[in-house]
Amino acid sequence: MAQGHAVKRYSGLMDWLTTVDHKKIGILYLIAGGFFFLVGGLEALLIRIQLWKPLNDFVSADTYNELITMHGTTMIFLAAMPMLFALMNAVVPLQIGARDVAFPFVNALGFWTFFFGAVLLNVSWFTSTGAPAAGWTAYAPLSGPAFSTGHGMDYYVLGLQIAGIGTLIGGINFLVTIINMRAPGMTFMRMPLFTWTSFITSALILFAFPALAVGLAALMFDRVFDANFFDPNNGGNAVLWEHIFWIFGHPEVYILILPAFGVISEVISTFSRKRLFGYSSMVFATILIGFLGFMVWAHHMFTTGLGPVANALFSIATMLIAVPTGIKIFNWIFTMWGGSIKFTSANLYAVGFIPTFVMGGVTGVMLAAAPADFQYHDTYFVVAHFHYVIVGGLILGIFSGLHYWWPKMFGRILNETLGKWTFWIFYIGFHLTFFIQHFLGLLGMPRRIWTYLDGLGFNEMNLISTIGAIMMGIGTIMFILNVVITNAKPQNAADDPWEDGRTLEWTIPSPPPEYNFKQTPLVRGYDAYWKEKMDGHKGMTPAEPIGSIHMPSPSILPFTMSLGLFITGFGLMYSRDWTFITEHIGFYVAGLGLLITFGSMFLRSVYDDHGFHIEPEELEDKGVKA
Amino acid sequence: MNRWQFFKRLAPLLALMVLVLSACGRADLSALNPQGPVAQEQFGLMKLAFSIMVGVVVIVFALCLFVIIRFRRRRGDKSIPKQVEGSHKLEIIWTVIPIILLIILGVPTVQTVFNLSKDHSNDPDAVKVIVTSHQYWWEFEYPELGIKTAQELVIPKGKTITIEAKTADVLHSFWVPSLAGKIDTNPGGSTNKMFFSAPKEGVYLGKCAELCGPSHGLMDFKVKSVDDASFDRWAAALQAPVAMPSDPVVAAAFESKCLVCHAVGDKGGPLYPNLTGIGSRDSVGGILINTDDPKYSNEGSTYDNLHRWIENPDDIKPGNLMGQIDLTQQELDGIAKYLSELTLDYEQ
Repeated sequence: MAQGHAVKRYSGLMDWLTTVDHKKIGILYLIAGGFFFLVGGLEALLIRIQLWKPLNDFVSADTYNELITMHGTTMIFLAAMPMLFALMNAVVPLQIGARDVAFPFVNALGFWTFFFGAVLLNVSWFTSTGAPAAGWTAYAPLSGPAFSTGHGMDYYVLGLQIAGIGTLIGGINFLVTIINMRAPGMTFMRMPLFTWTSFITSALILFAFPALAVGLAALMFDRVFDANFFDPNNGGNAVLWEHIFWIFGHPEVYILILPAFGVISEVISTFSRKRLFGYSSMVFATILIGFLGFMVWAHHMFTTGLGPVANALFSIATMLIAVPTGIKIFNWIFTMWGGSIKFTSANLYAVGFIPTFVMGGVTGVMLAAAPADFQYHDTYFVVAHFHYVIVGGLILGIFSGLHYWWPKMFGRILNETLGKWTFWIFYIGFHLTFFIQHFLGLLGMPRRIWTYLDGLGFNEMNLISTIGAIMMGIGTIMFILNVVITNAKPQNAADDPWEDGRTLEWTIPSPPPEYNFKQTPLVRGYDAYWKEKMDGHKGMTPAEPIGSIHMPSPSILPFTMSLGLFITGFGLMYSRDWTFITEHIGFYVAGLGLLITFGSMFLRSVYDDHGFHIEPEELEDKGVKA
Repeated sequence: MNRWQFFKRLAPLLALMVLVLSACGRADLSALNPQGPVAQEQFGLMKLAFSIMVGVVVIVFALCLFVIIRFRRRRGDKSIPKQVEGSHKLEIIWTVIPIILLIILGVPTVQTVFNLSKDHSNDPDAVKVIVTSHQYWWEFEYPELGIKTAQELVIPKGKTITIEAKTADVLHSFWVPSLAGKIDTNPGGSTNKMFFSAPKEGVYLGKCAELCGPSHGLMDFKVKSVDDASFDRWAAALQAPVAMPSDPVVAAAFESKCLVCHAVGDKGGPLYPNLTGIGSRDSVGGILINTDDPKYSNEGSTYDNLHRWIENPDDIKPGNLMGQIDLTQQELDGIAKYLSELTLDYEQ
């Protein structure tokens, strides 16, 4: 192999710790997100076991509150977000014909900060004061130092803060990538819908996550430095936290669901062998949902006492979101209309998504009517609603996307028979778990309750719900089994394994080489690859001659920067408790962590790394394949 | 196409859903079985929204089912379907119809929002109650009558009850599903107002609906609606002096260990639940239901429940502030017996 100059290449573990390749970072996100999905799922199962009969004492009241808090926080921040980032990393650069994201180094940094934040949060389980227990919403003053005296909420505040940095810079990276890195001819209105939804989601991240960062920082000051932002006894305001949290929290819902919409659009279109119906209205609806998503946060606070004017306005604004969402639903149905629908596992999840998400959507509109929400709010009706949206929407979307892009990511098609069985067991289990919870809520069962009294009429429905949850657990295990079985098979997926691929990622090998495209493709229309196929071409027309390809060097610095933040988090938390050697040892530990982080940043700044080139003759060599 | 047959098949399912929705739940607990005008109005809005949404769901499901059956790929089918860009006519239809549906729902929503936010606190006929939530019990103060009680909100039937809700510690939410939706109790001196009424006599279950700590799920209370005369007798009886336990040992223990925090009649401290008339309440601690015919593990006679509570409060409501009180067996039995006999005779 002729190499013009020195290239840093690592293998084994070091390869994964130092990689800046978006495809490998996608896999890292998938492994970490998948792991935390299992952790969150285990927490959910423990919750359901506690609730399977009245007055159960399988877990204590304190442990129960830790479980619900960590289940919500884990599933949203540590499972759903990274699994979406996994898909975005694996697919978006390929879909726009790019060789990598705009900032490969920042991409790695985003993953590692997320990872260390996630680990920090979960370390709380192993401490003497336990995990955070004030709910994933962390409402003050319960989350404040007066009522959450242990370190649980410190882990929440600092763990999420660090993980949130990762999400924010990941979002910025994708914004820049999609704006700047599109192949020639790939205009905005020719971008595949998954790229579009990733783009809007990244924009939402850019505006929503700073609100969370500010809120968490303020709560950290309350907890670590005796500030009083949210302590009403000292002039603070507890309702302020609700506003800050939801002005982040509601857009977060759309940050999660929009990429799932994108996945569904791609999968349904591919397996119906049809162009996405109403592409431009889909794009418009996505943008509108993203915009309206910022206008409705107070619908989480109808019972807070904001007054009738605010309640009426937020009711109407919330209902409006149903319109663009409805447009999407009908566009999907009419994409299938007249098509030739093939029910692969990926498409089963996508088609199963539509009715499920409609049910989550209509209960959303019901919840939007403020006076009725006085009854629904904080009951199992709400629990049912958001699980329909997040599990029935987002998780089905992720499963669909994973089945669909698995051959592109790993070069192997997941076992279809097992995949279909998994779908049915998970899907039936899901509806069994959550459909019945609508009624539990309407019959008077509040959410987040450790146990319920006997004779209230809740028993049978809770039992059914628990059985459903166990089925979902079995489904998840079957998926993992599928991954293991598939991994033992030869890596032989074709470039376009579904044979009906429409977008650029299906024009390159599965898995793609580290530079993705040997020659940047020329995009001649929407559904670029499909257009070439229909015109009788074998592949894309290249937009450039074969030449040397510039690649970024791997680096350990993203890892060490994040490790530094992890150490800082620890130090800040225990600044009061650790008094060995000297009084404020915790602050010194925090300082050491910051030193590592800033030191790494300094090294990154002063040490010029121009990356390396892959020369044309190497491109013919299979050995370069990632 | 046998489209109508399909709808016919769907009809029983829908009927079942309506049945499940319309006539279920305990009358004293379910939001679907409203017992007062406020819950009734909220239920009306729920029914309107529900009917619209069932319509939407049925149409989408039917379309979906039709499409996936009719257009599924036959084995070996290599044909390429017509690539359709979209249809302005269809897209306008499914934009405009939802907007119309939302107007149908939105107008009554706004009306109800303003209806239910009326301030009745200047209504001379209304009974004013200041609700203060604590970890994990409810304090009810009647400022016009100068009385305070805990855990059981006694109200005259049919009269408008105006609530001023606040908290002594963290966020809680005051909720009596069968009478009215909930309102949060905010800290820091900001009070929330709501109102409701119960036209029928009876006991209604109330719950805390905002996560407030380990015993959040056990923070139940009762609303007891009685006739006017009984209410007046109750209010008077609550202010009458109360005799201390006859056994001097028990009386001494009661005064030194219980009255430090709790009040009985005109004696004792105001910080924790007022115990006057606790023997005639429906429950102890909101969750130990008093009954002579116990069926479940949280039920028992008034005496047994009181005994169980005083013996180890943390076992009943984890994390509550009472803590274990150091009492001899004789004192424990005596206090439980005294409290169980501390009744208010106001109902006829």
